Amino acid sequence: MGGFREGIEAAVPALRRYARALTRNRELADDLVQDTLVRALRSEHLFHGGDIRSWLYTILTNLNRNRLRALARRPALQAIEDNDAADVAGPEAGARDIERALASLVEDQRSALLLVVLEGLSYREVAQVQGVPIGTVMSRLARARLQIKAYLDGERPALRRIK
Amino acid sequence: MIDQNLPVTEEELHAYVDGELAPDRRAAVETWLASHPEDAARVAQWRAQADAIRARFGMLASEPVPARFDLDNLARGAPSWRGAAAAAVVLAFLTGGVVGWMAHGASAAAPSRFATFTAQALEAHKVYVVEVRHPVEVTGGERPHLVQWLSKRLDYELQIPNLEPSGLKLVGGRLLPGPFGPAAFCMYEGPSGERFTIYYARTDSPQTAMRYREGDRFAALYWVERGLAYVVSGPPERERLLSIAQAAYDQIDKGTQAK
Repeated sequence: MGGFREGIEAAVPALRRYARALTRNRELADDLVQDTLVRALRSEHLFHGGDIRSWLYTILTNLNRNRLRALARRPALQAIEDNDAADVAGPEAGARDIERALASLVEDQRSALLLVVLEGLSYREVAQVQGVPIGTVMSRLARARLQIKAYLDGERPALRRIK
Repeated sequence: MIDQNLPVTEEELHAYVDGELAPDRRAAVETWLASHPEDAARVAQWRAQADAIRARFGMLASEPVPARFDLDNLARGAPSWRGAAAAAVVLAFLTGGVVGWMAHGASAAAPSRFATFTAQALEAHKVYVVEVRHPVEVTGGERPHLVQWLSKRLDYELQIPNLEPSGLKLVGGRLLPGPFGPAAFCMYEGPSGERFTIYYARTDSPQTAMRYREGDRFAALYWVERGLAYVVSGPPERERLLSIAQAAYDQIDKGTQAK
């Protein structure tokens, strides 16, 4: 089953990228990736061919959803950070804006948008990862893009004053 | 049989941007955009959003992959403590019992707890393992007193594991100033004089899997369980450190459950 391991290994960089964009927190992201890998390795017998990458995205997306569900049970908690932009290209305003805009999205919308735009998955693959019909993926995308635009239109001036 | 003259829907605009549109509608969309500037502006915005996202996060995939993602290690580690820790974390997710995810988020602006505690523990390790005459304040011969004293100061019932099955004798322990309050520090010694230490500090960070960090002369394993952060430090031999940390983890786990 060398192909299985190799397939997972090849996907690690992209998984880290996705997890970072999804959580906007390096540590959280790497923990998610590690848990995803451990789970994948343990579930080799459950993998019946198909695209390993999509399967890994599915595990990661579900783990993150569980995490957020646990969070949601706590009153008034928000786990949104925008602090690790500094490790890339300085505190460039555009990078921070898009990060904040992403942070303002509902999780399923953020995940759908990132899977399509950043990870290059097809609508069909995203539908599989999220376990919903393609139509739902498309409406999530549409709402995500609308919200990002609204956020960028509304927040840009405010942002200057904060940082 | 798609009518080229059908009005373009919003869904099609998205599909167009994402390269999901059937080829026979592409031309129709392009014609449409030429005469519908508002839609053309939306398409341009969506493309700009995608570009910004890729510009911000795209290069993360070309970062070198840290050793913690080594699949052989993950696979090997999985059945024992790593599996238990992962299961515990998952269980904690499911029951909502993870304490301090909020704090985790909030504290991420500062150096992470992992980095802070590990740095502190390694610092203490470096200072005290070379100490010949006074490596500890209370010796291992006074274990009950040591446990009681440190537990009292940390306000937490500490478990000081017996690592003799791993060939390590308890030298003793001391109290340390930690980054967020007092920390406890216990030292063990192996047959050839090699020293291992366990650093304990209260934290509101959530439960974590074990993490490994290796320096030139020392390595450390960090984890958080039930509000206490643990850092096991020793010579940079990954396998040995891992097995010692596992022994400590198992005993602490058992000891805590027995209460």
